[in-house]
Amino acid sequence: MKKISLTVIGLYICFLSAFSQSSTKQDTAYKSRKLKIDEINFVSGYYHQDGNNSAVTGGIGSERLTDFANTLELKVSKYDNKWRKHDLSFELGIDTYTSASSDKIDPHTLSSASMSDTRIYPSMSWNVTNEKKGTTFGATASYSQEFDYQSFGAALNFSKITENKNSEFAAKLQAYLDKWKVIYPIELRPQGYGTGGEDGGSVGSQPRNSFSVLVSYSQVINTRLQATLIIEPTYQQGLLATKYQRVYFTDGSEQAETLPDKRFKIPLGIRANYFLGDRFIIRSYYRFYTDDWGLRAHTIDLEVPVKITPFFSLSPFYRFYTQKGIKYFAPYGMHQSNNTYFTSDYDLSKFTSNYFGMGIRIAPPKGVLGIQQLNSLELRFGHYIRSTDLNSNIVSLHLKFKP
Amino acid sequence: MRRRQIILKNFLFGFALFCFASCSAVKPYQKSRLNDSEMELSSRKSQKFEQNFQSYREGASGANGGKSGGGCGCN
Repeated sequence: MKKISLTVIGLYICFLSAFSQSSTKQDTAYKSRKLKIDEINFVSGYYHQDGNNSAVTGGIGSERLTDFANTLELKVSKYDNKWRKHDLSFELGIDTYTSASSDKIDPHTLSSASMSDTRIYPSMSWNVTNEKKGTTFGATASYSQEFDYQSFGAALNFSKITENKNSEFAAKLQAYLDKWKVIYPIELRPQGYGTGGEDGGSVGSQPRNSFSVLVSYSQVINTRLQATLIIEPTYQQGLLATKYQRVYFTDGSEQAETLPDKRFKIPLGIRANYFLGDRFIIRSYYRFYTDDWGLRAHTIDLEVPVKITPFFSLSPFYRFYTQKGIKYFAPYGMHQSNNTYFTSDYDLSKFTSNYFGMGIRIAPPKGVLGIQQLNSLELRFGHYIRSTDLNSNIVSLHLKFKP
Repeated sequence: MRRRQIILKNFLFGFALFCFASCSAVKPYQKSRLNDSEMELSSRKSQKFEQNFQSYREGASGANGGKSGGGCGCN
């Protein structure tokens, strides 16, 4: 009997020690709740365009522009004592550009306002995910500053994923409260009005506010196909015209671009990705867009990543875009002087564009070039042709680091 | 023009019907292809600046992961 009792006690102690082992594991897990770096992303891009329909000179003149852009993003995460995941992301972006047309705001100066400029845009986001419930709540704050433009942005987001993780609903409310310096072409400046330059006197500024609601629904359709539907109505108010863009009328007179101070946009997008065989992936995207300025557009985007090896892929892509121009657009010297709103900005005219290129992605298990922390490298090159004779090239590089 | 709109609407309706009618409950162990990084239902990070220049050079924006207006002097 004593032997049986001792055996039972022994087994009980074994169980206790087994549980005490698991509590040690919990302690180890608890340590991992500390803030850890998930990944660091560095994205760099070089863009160059040329054309001959500059809006600054009324729809004629050079549209030559170069832009060198860089962003650095740090993603960290931690679990709290309720096992909710907190994801924090910090991003800093810096763009430097030079623009031939901006130099025509005041062609008599060697270097006028906004001929070359730097844009700095930090942002921070915080998301809390309850993995049991499948819910995520988040907030984002952003800021952007360039020579003539300042922006404060804020966003709130929510998403809910189903238990089997096959469907997801997401919503995002976003607001940008922007302020824009009102710079006029030199010949249209009122008496005593500033140039907008550092030593050229002060100029007025006006707000431009944008509010949007993004709603998306994603669905796994089968083991090879998944799709998402996105709608993002956007309302803008304030100074929506670029006042240093000239407009020339049929009677030879000239004014600064004038557009309504409100705009309501409705873009609707569908994205579907299909894994074909073992090596091909078809990434497709279609967007329909309409707004109350009369602009209507269709975008079709197709990309086919080919997995040469599991860690190396080539991705040719093609994008077709067509838009019906806004009702306030007319080319150089074609506007009637009794019009209320007028622009000669070809970005808002009727045109089609073709964009094509190639992407390369390398993500070896031992790191790119043997650097363990360099998780993946993506390089993309694209050529853009617009039916208004604007051409551009862009090269982008994305480096992802994981500790 | 009206005929084209009808075709487009029918296409979208047909596409939605195809997608959701053929939905099947996919188990986690069947998602190896769906979890591939190239299959992500969002634009790539390396497309960030492409979307920026497109939002400047074209009148349409939004519903693609990029900006839908605001935050820059774009359209």
